[in-house]
Amino acid sequence: METQVILPLTRIHQPLKLEIDFSDKTVKGCRSSGTLFRGFELMLEGRDPRDAAYLTQRICGICSTAHGIAATLAVEDACKIPLTPNAILLRNLIFGADVLQNHLRQFYQLCLPDYFISPALAPFAPRTTYDRRLSPSENARFVQNFWQGAEMSRLAHHLLAIYGGKAPHQHGIIVGGTSMPPDADRNNRFRGILQQILDFINNYMLPDVELLAKRYNDYFAIGRSTGNFISCGMFPQLDHATCHYPPGVWLNGALHPFDPALITEDISHSWFSGPTQAKPTSATSKPDKQKAGAYTWLKAPRYANLAVEMGPLGRQWISGEYRNGSSVMDRIVARVLETQKIATWMQEWLQQLVPGQMTYTPFEICATGTGIGLSEAMRGTLGHWVSIVDKKIAAYQIITPTAWLFSPPDAAGNRGPVDQSIVGTVVGDKQDYTEIGRIVRSYDPCFSCSAHLIESDGTVTQHRIC
Amino acid sequence: MDLCVKSALSVSLAEVLLLDLHSGIAAQTTKRPIVLWVELGSCTGDSISLDNSLSPNLKDLLHNVIDLRYHWLLMNVEGERALSVLRRTAQENSGEFILVVEGSVMLADGGTWDYAGYSDGALLTGVNLLHELASQAKHIVAIGTCASFGGPSATKPNPSHSVGVQAVLDRLVINTPGCPCHPDWFIGTLYHLINYGIPELDTYNRPKLFYGRLIHDQCQRRTYFEHGIFAQHPGEPWCMYAVGCRGPRTYADCPNREWNNTDNWPVGCNTPCIGCVEPGFPEVAMPFFQRYPDVKLPGFTTSMDTAALGIGVASLGGIGVHLGANVLSRRLRKNLVETTLPLNPPAPRSLAQQQSIQAPEETVRRHKKRPSRVRRSLRP
Repeated sequence: METQVILPLTRIHQPLKLEIDFSDKTVKGCRSSGTLFRGFELMLEGRDPRDAAYLTQRICGICSTAHGIAATLAVEDACKIPLTPNAILLRNLIFGADVLQNHLRQFYQLCLPDYFISPALAPFAPRTTYDRRLSPSENARFVQNFWQGAEMSRLAHHLLAIYGGKAPHQHGIIVGGTSMPPDADRNNRFRGILQQILDFINNYMLPDVELLAKRYNDYFAIGRSTGNFISCGMFPQLDHATCHYPPGVWLNGALHPFDPALITEDISHSWFSGPTQAKPTSATSKPDKQKAGAYTWLKAPRYANLAVEMGPLGRQWISGEYRNGSSVMDRIVARVLETQKIATWMQEWLQQLVPGQMTYTPFEICATGTGIGLSEAMRGTLGHWVSIVDKKIAAYQIITPTAWLFSPPDAAGNRGPVDQSIVGTVVGDKQDYTEIGRIVRSYDPCFSCSAHLIESDGTVTQHRIC
Repeated sequence: MDLCVKSALSVSLAEVLLLDLHSGIAAQTTKRPIVLWVELGSCTGDSISLDNSLSPNLKDLLHNVIDLRYHWLLMNVEGERALSVLRRTAQENSGEFILVVEGSVMLADGGTWDYAGYSDGALLTGVNLLHELASQAKHIVAIGTCASFGGPSATKPNPSHSVGVQAVLDRLVINTPGCPCHPDWFIGTLYHLINYGIPELDTYNRPKLFYGRLIHDQCQRRTYFEHGIFAQHPGEPWCMYAVGCRGPRTYADCPNREWNNTDNWPVGCNTPCIGCVEPGFPEVAMPFFQRYPDVKLPGFTTSMDTAALGIGVASLGGIGVHLGANVLSRRLRKNLVETTLPLNPPAPRSLAQQQSIQAPEETVRRHKKRPSRVRRSLRP
């Protein structure tokens, strides 16, 4: 048995450290870990609750809007602030644009270079060429679409900024709604750019993933996770009670309703001191870099004591649209299908906007209150928990998809989904770990989001979804 | 005949010059400056923002402007191989490459809250990697507010003990702050470095080309400020000063440059500027939506009341002097006394603005009351 340490694992937002135990070429053990901790939740204590919408976006530059959505939902839940129909639609459009940006960038810039030969140019060179199966003309097509994909994700941020002000770290989504009333001028430009992106998805992205799945058919059997999925819902309908992507949990082959009360967090292998297992709303833990047996900043969130997978595949599994498997290629295909689906939804939402109607509801911040904001982020279930005392944030907690996916084992020894996917893999390329990179990137990890700390004694019963 | 020779000569000279020019350009294209991009305590937002550049776009930037040898969000190789690319390039090109740093330098527990690599059986902290590379770089550019001043990573209580790059280095660091940094600011700064050397910098080492003027002085809604038409909450199309706008103390060109190649930016989006390019952001800007408290900066003291009403106009510089000058020149007085609305509002830039220029009733009423107070302020 030999152990290899990989840091940085590249083409990921912020680095990931992997420790892999090999027996010859087979992975026998895997410990993924976060190596960056900034402590955002501590920074939020004592702040004006409205600030959370902007400050928490700074956790992550690639999925900033998801944090903006979860933070506003949590404060609106705590203070019972209603949203107008226009606000719901505009939030969906702004958030949708950020999801398009993320998926386009992830597929072309981060994921595909594992499968085609990159342009002969730094920073792509030195290039990896292990197990490339595309013909020269197919490779040339991927190179061309690699650059075109970069243009499209730029356009998706352009789309976001039409109503969001700027990107990353948009300004448009604020507690109480959104800030820009829709008008024909902006809708017209929004529609035009959205159409360009949708055309690219239909004419290039879908055929590209089709070719990829054909050439790398064996990856439908590689990198399988636990097969349990969770989604907390995404993109509210106009009633703000149901979602376009429904919440739900798939456990041991059956669909169950989603219940946030069943979420617990385990810190047996994390650099935190405190009770080993606790609910997000009652945990108290402090950073403890010296803790024996700990190796990561990530805690281990569990649903009904099980490790669960999430993200585009999880959402489509729960909604029943895609239930093929939980492999590398399933995750990639589900992400591309979702890109098309969201772009199509966005066209509908744009049609439903009513110029002249309000997008913002004036409100007073409540003196006390507790709230949960849950929304699917690009890569999975994101939750913000807030407790307000004297119109200030008394405690704030964030559980990110990265924590779920890359979690260390819990006290019972259950591995997190990514570690689970990697263990058992036969690695032919022990220089660049191509197989492992493919598995990890199929999850679209983001380690800026890994930092997490819980310090609260509030009790929360209600929550606001998507 | 003489004329012919002259013209022939001039033609050939022009041709020669043109050739030189071409070969100069060609040489520049083939010898792009080497750039090494390291990411420390960051959200990766500046890397994403870089990819959002329109001109040059990512492809053009990498082919024709810089030779980006290390950027872990883009490169193929992993782990020790990636790190060796970084170190070898730095050693082989010592004194020639531009080091770009994204994210704050994290000092807690000896820097161990941020690891940037693993080699020779040991983890390498971000701060140690920075020191190793900084001594070899020709220029160091900090991208984003975290790398420039600590930024959001250093928000109180600053658990990770984050600071900006300049705080740990004894040599010049050119700061291109912003949360995220606008791609034009960063690439424009690189362009200056490559073609004309170090740009003119302000006291915080920011290029004056991009960070030289107040947002407030360039704002499309400046007229509303001068006439005291303030939004009461975010989402209203007026001056955002009363809901926390930091434009009056923020040096950047967002109102002119705007974001993501649209016609939008935070104030254009009916929300306050939160001053993301300034040292101390976000700490000094929070609460983001609260009216700016009385500002006490050297030679600069004002509050919204004095600014809006033009009474008791304060000390030196800044808004105080500006309004004082306006009051003295009777521009403000004329507008407020003789009309209830600005005489010449700025031309509408979109349909939304055109509709919104019809002021709501209460704004009109508020203005009708104002003249007497202005007159009172002008009494000796």
